[in-house]
Amino acid sequence: MDLIRSIEEQYRREIPEFSIGDTLRVHVRVIEGDKERIQPFEGVVIGRRGSGIKETVMLRKVSHGIGVERIFPLHSPVIEKMEVVRRGDVRRAKLYYLRQKKGKAAKVKEKDIFSSR
Amino acid sequence: MTGIIGKKIGMTQIFDEKGNVVPVTVVQAGPCQVIQVKTVEKDGYNAVQIGFEEIKKLKRVNKPMKGHFDRAGVPPYRVLKEFPMTDLNVGDLIKVDRFQKGDRVSVSGISKGKGFQGVMKRHGYGGGPGSHGSMFNRAPGSIGSSAFPSRVWKNKGLPGRMGGVRVTVKNLTVVDVKVDQDLLLIKGAVPGPNGSYVEIRKGE
Repeated sequence: MDLIRSIEEQYRREIPEFSIGDTLRVHVRVIEGDKERIQPFEGVVIGRRGSGIKETVMLRKVSHGIGVERIFPLHSPVIEKMEVVRRGDVRRAKLYYLRQKKGKAAKVKEKDIFSSR
Repeated sequence: MTGIIGKKIGMTQIFDEKGNVVPVTVVQAGPCQVIQVKTVEKDGYNAVQIGFEEIKKLKRVNKPMKGHFDRAGVPPYRVLKEFPMTDLNVGDLIKVDRFQKGDRVSVSGISKGKGFQGVMKRHGYGGGPGSHGSMFNRAPGSIGSSAFPSRVWKNKGLPGRMGGVRVTVKNLTVVDVKVDQDLLLIKGAVPGPNGSYVEIRKGE
């Protein structure tokens, strides 16, 4: 088991600390033909699963009125950079209920980091 | 041909240069030492016998095996296997550096035992409907005709013990070789549970 961890360690990358409900901006490297460019994807973290190098994050955003969800392997070399845009205040580990909500109800409350619990 | 004995450590995944996820099996391969060289003149065929995983406690080695190791002048090993390799002498070390990234290899091992299984799992039979009043669920159905041959054909697939047999998976790709750790990363799955011994061969 430790040998497997030592293999995984060589492919691990630095990831920022974030939790469910946060808004994350992921800068993805996209290869078009022979050109490479960076495409940001910003969305709410509605799930996080796996451990070690297999860890993935599920992001949801509403783009032009259509819900879009993407799953990123956290340690993928395709990800140029990841940043936390907003901290969210939620009580669940999986925010699948957001899929059923529209408009204002689909928003996640921002976490008040100054008057903390 | 190049062969080596290894121990299956387990599976994980890594990323290739394009960013794709590659499933890999981590195998601790070697170092192995040549214990005996078999020749056509003496044994009727050419092969080398190599050993893997040294036995540290000498009292665990029985007398006949001890004599075998002493004759070669090598420490006792737990796993012995033969490979049709030439150009090796008794005492030579075989390490993972004989393998390279991108090599195609065959891996043999003893598959996981599944116990006594029915025909659907063991032979892929279709079975019957699961519901709607059907009482023909997982049974094999007819196993032959009456007038001719009025017996059951040989090799007819029937329930019984499944798994626990030697299985070879061919044409697997070596994704990475870690020489300092004696590790091979092989794309895909290899037979057997974690901790079991496997043979890795290339260029057959």
